[in-house]
Amino acid sequence: MRLRESAVQLKENVVIALDVIRNHKMRSFLTLLGVIIGVMSIIGVQSLIEGFQKSIHDQIEQLGANVFQVQKYPVNVGHHDRDKYRNRKDITWEHARAIEKYCPAVERVAPEAWHFEIVIKYRDRKTSPANVLAGGTPDFFANNSYYIDEGRAFSEVDVQQKRDVAVIGKDIVDALFPFEDPIGKSIIVDGRRYEVIGTIEELGRRFGGSEDNKVAIPLSTFLKYYGTNRSLNITVQAASVDMMETAQEQVIGVLRAIRKVPPGEPNDFEIWTSDTLISAFNDMTRVVRIGAIVIVSFALLVAGIGIMNIMLVSIRERTREIGIRMAIGARRADIRLQFLIEAIFLSVMGGLFGILIGVGLSQLIALATPVPAAIPYFTIFLGFIVCAAVGIIFGVYPAAKASKMDPITALRYE
Amino acid sequence: MMIELKDIKKDYHLGLETVHALRSINLNIDENEYVAIMGPSGSGKSTLMNLLGCLDTATEGTYCLNGSDVSDMNDDNLAEIRNREIGFVFQNFNLLPRASALHNVELPLIYNGTPSSQRHGLAAEALTKVGLGDRMQHRPNELSGGQRQRVAVARALVNNPSIILADEPTGNLDTRTGDEIMDLFETLHDGGNTIILVTHEEYIAEHSDRIIRLRDGHIERDEAR
Repeated sequence: MRLRESAVQLKENVVIALDVIRNHKMRSFLTLLGVIIGVMSIIGVQSLIEGFQKSIHDQIEQLGANVFQVQKYPVNVGHHDRDKYRNRKDITWEHARAIEKYCPAVERVAPEAWHFEIVIKYRDRKTSPANVLAGGTPDFFANNSYYIDEGRAFSEVDVQQKRDVAVIGKDIVDALFPFEDPIGKSIIVDGRRYEVIGTIEELGRRFGGSEDNKVAIPLSTFLKYYGTNRSLNITVQAASVDMMETAQEQVIGVLRAIRKVPPGEPNDFEIWTSDTLISAFNDMTRVVRIGAIVIVSFALLVAGIGIMNIMLVSIRERTREIGIRMAIGARRADIRLQFLIEAIFLSVMGGLFGILIGVGLSQLIALATPVPAAIPYFTIFLGFIVCAAVGIIFGVYPAAKASKMDPITALRYE
Repeated sequence: MMIELKDIKKDYHLGLETVHALRSINLNIDENEYVAIMGPSGSGKSTLMNLLGCLDTATEGTYCLNGSDVSDMNDDNLAEIRNREIGFVFQNFNLLPRASALHNVELPLIYNGTPSSQRHGLAAEALTKVGLGDRMQHRPNELSGGQRQRVAVARALVNNPSIILADEPTGNLDTRTGDEIMDLFETLHDGGNTIILVTHEEYIAEHSDRIIRLRDGHIERDEAR
């Protein structure tokens, strides 16, 4: 019996709530604006972060489950933390050769060096400075999952003789050679002349940007022009996925021996795997997420106060209605429920609009810019729950106030 | 006996002062009686009306309605009593302005959990009984004063209450429309309903079978006609 009564009343309350919102469109909209903006921002931020994250994860996974890197600095160090690691010995080509020689679990070793913001010219054409110069050995391509499209990769001979040859990515081909075959052409990279001997297959967009902006030259040539006083990254491919652990142990052992790290001391170099990269990236986005959540919490607090305010106004306006309902048999709990449902409806409705606008906006951004977006289903679900909670928290006081009215006074209210 | 009031007292506290609105009221009303409660303003008739309607409880004394003692009931039980046993008709109609006539009449049924399938039928029946079978989807502001009061009467009837409690039901109506409403009460009374009318108009009270006159919180006169 009680249950059936509740069901009947719940339906009535929902009808009333919708009716009230419909009859006060402007007022409801303004009240909802706070919720809408709050939910919209969190959904927008989350979809962009999740899109970004997904593309980074894909990218990192493309590194391969059997590939890791040796670097001087840990993943994700800030500027002031960097000083802590500055005094470590550089990682050198010698280290790479030692790994190759003494680690049987290792299949391929590729030392590499990078230089960023490079402009490339060919005759009167010129690229933007969004390109990257890499110095590598022949295994650079295999270890980074770069495949040769046309021409060839550089060889051991190219490396030994420090030849000025380059293998270029798809973006650069498109920018400099729209109507020509780039192979055999002479390009100017950062002011120096190289012969194009090959192109890299299109990789597409990753990390939220293009991956096809690479110019690869022999590592020896790179060091000749940019100096040897630098730490290299060494990309190591284990013989198989099962050998990953063993390969890492062997590499660590060899490097500690060469770099004379005393037993008991920690490594003075870092091993980067796709797992460490992913967790480092997740650490980074966590800060953004937490920031967004804090800001949105404030927005929702303000929105909740707005809802409470409008509910108090609404209750005052409808004092007589409350009196009538009480006179014909509404219990205090019925009145409380009615206004609570109204507050929840207001809030959840704002949440719904916020979610729609947030998803829409982030999809638009994803269409118009290279930033990727994903639909953050969990956040959407959470958004609904949070909105309902805001409705309940800020609706409780007005609803309680309504339910405590004296029916006689309420009936007489003008 | 439908209504038994024994030694009912009602005090109000206005600051430090205590107002004795009702001083020892003893009153019995039988089923199917048609009673008018009269008295000048300040005589306590509104207070009595609120007590009879279970909108308020007495400071002292007992009130038995249809065999159950309602003097010490809590708010929730009083709400249920109001829903089941009492049908209110107010001077200013007190309809929900945005709801249709039908929905206004359905309201008491909503609060006792009548499923909507039965609700529409019962409400439509009550509206037909008061002569508004063709105005069910109209909102109060689309109806005349007399029609609005008929909606209110239909709402009072829909739950088959023990008493219909009408507080100055013709106060906001012109004489002719007021007479129509009084004729409606007459019909209801003839149909077996118990009616309690609060008024200060002698000619309205004359429709009843018994007039109870209050003065200063006492029953001054209680006469059958």
